[in-house]
Amino acid sequence: MNDDTQPAAVRARGIVKSFGAGDTQVTVLKGIDLDIYLGELLLLVGESGGGKTTLLSAIAGILDIDDGDIGVLGVPLSALPPGKRTRFRGQTMGFIYQQFNLLPALTAAENVAVPLLIQKIRRPEALRRARAMLDRVGLGDRVDFLPKNLSGGQQQRVAIARALVNEPRLLICDEPTAALDGPNGQKIMELLREVGRSPDRCVIVVTHDSRIFHFGDRMANLTDGRITNIERIQQEGTV
Amino acid sequence: MNYVALKMLFGDRAKYLMLLCGLTFAVMLIVQQGAIFWGLMMWSQASISNLNVPIWITDPGIAQVDEVKPLADTAVDRVRSVDGVEWAVPLYKGLLRARLANGEYHQITLTGLESATLIGRPAEVLEGRFEDILQPDAVVMDQWAVERMGGPTVVTVGTIFELNDKLARVVAIAKTQKSFTNIPVVYTTYDRAVRYAPRERRTLSYVLAKSKDGAPVADVIQRIRTQTGLGAFTEEDFGWKTILWVLKNTGIGINFGTTILLGFIVGMAIAGQTFYLFTVENLRQFGALKAMGASTFTLARMILLQAFTVGLTGYGVGIGLATVFGYLTASGGGLPFAETWQLLLLVLVALLVICTFSALISIIKLARLEPAIVFR
Repeated sequence: MNDDTQPAAVRARGIVKSFGAGDTQVTVLKGIDLDIYLGELLLLVGESGGGKTTLLSAIAGILDIDDGDIGVLGVPLSALPPGKRTRFRGQTMGFIYQQFNLLPALTAAENVAVPLLIQKIRRPEALRRARAMLDRVGLGDRVDFLPKNLSGGQQQRVAIARALVNEPRLLICDEPTAALDGPNGQKIMELLREVGRSPDRCVIVVTHDSRIFHFGDRMANLTDGRITNIERIQQEGTV
Repeated sequence: MNYVALKMLFGDRAKYLMLLCGLTFAVMLIVQQGAIFWGLMMWSQASISNLNVPIWITDPGIAQVDEVKPLADTAVDRVRSVDGVEWAVPLYKGLLRARLANGEYHQITLTGLESATLIGRPAEVLEGRFEDILQPDAVVMDQWAVERMGGPTVVTVGTIFELNDKLARVVAIAKTQKSFTNIPVVYTTYDRAVRYAPRERRTLSYVLAKSKDGAPVADVIQRIRTQTGLGAFTEEDFGWKTILWVLKNTGIGINFGTTILLGFIVGMAIAGQTFYLFTVENLRQFGALKAMGASTFTLARMILLQAFTVGLTGYGVGIGLATVFGYLTASGGGLPFAETWQLLLLVLVALLVICTFSALISIIKLARLEPAIVFR
């Protein structure tokens, strides 16, 4: 569980992001301030088009912001040049997507090994660690399966294993249960909560799915480009 | 990441095969047309290469080997007197009509070799003995003459026919490279060739020569030109002069060039488009790789590896198919087909250009790709 007195793992101040130009310009983020702490799972909720995914992309350093500062694990992300930012992202962040984004030609183990291969870890070692991670998420008997031969829940667990295999300190999840049925979504969130409770990690989850709200430690509501409120969630799932 | 790149390439089997087919077709077309073109060029200077002598002395205004401009008989002695010349012999080359016993007429190229040395004789004899050319009325035909004049049942060793109303007797069949015009070649001695030919003031077509050992050929050729006022060329230079004349004065270069260019463009279009589609369809996956920390350089390397892997596979298959085509249709020298290493190297360069171009389109797309696409 987080402690608001400790330094924030993610510190966002005055984040502004617009798309388009002139009359068609739309400001999606209008001065966001947000702290996310190690050992917590933060839910980012709000209406569609409110800027959740844009904020997530900005925190991940895959979208340039127009104004403001973002610090991740003490590193001023928005000030890093693109190459260093990409390396930093590869070493410290893991990603889970709504559509899984697994490479269809690669087996489950090979997909999980990809972040390690990007970090130039030799293939046998990367595959060994990938198989171990798949075992941890309950897919030890599916390591050589192609994504097309796995169920949606299994594919998302492969994606989680891929996100965790290089032991990232910040896990960024975009609607991780949107493509899953209720029971599978619950299982996935249990896994993510376990990761979020680790004292040297934190998890950000963008979601619309109210059935999984009780898995979060805090919930930030993003409406019309602004954080309107941040609430702590009770352990029993009541807000 | 090379492993991931190759698995992505081979995993999309339909696109991989389409790419492979496009590149294979392009390579096969370019190699096949290029080999036929170069084969034809080799044929165009067959009158030179079949004689296999190092230096040709010609009229100074000569354009190509088949456009004979006769020299004065004294040219042989003048060339022999040039410092650095080891030997020089006369050569007769002219077009005559042969009349067979069955009454058929055929145009032939009569080649007269100096009788003492028979320099310029074909290297390989298929039937009979070439030395029998020294017998009275003896001539030697090449295998294409036999083919053109009706086959071995009509023309063989011992066959008698007329050349300009004079008797000629075939004593041997020699193997030569086919010529561009495919006019049958009949060999005889120089003196007899002059007797067969219609009377002309000048009968010497060329002087064939060799430089002394140790004397630089280029220097000897320059001295021949300066001291005799005649044209002098190495065998290679005279061959190129003839090839360039053919290229300049016929449409053959444009015809084959157009086909080869089409092969290049079609290959580039198919490969470029398919590769681009391959990249666009995998854009989310590439975006995910970028988000996971793969640099644009890493992705570019993956794309290049994919492009060159499929390209080199297509190169191998394309050359294999073109070679099989050449083997099936051109073995025995019946069709021009010269698949030289220079041609294969050129095609490899062309293919690498196609692959690089195809990969570049995709790399530009990926360089502009925002990894945030994976969250949309």
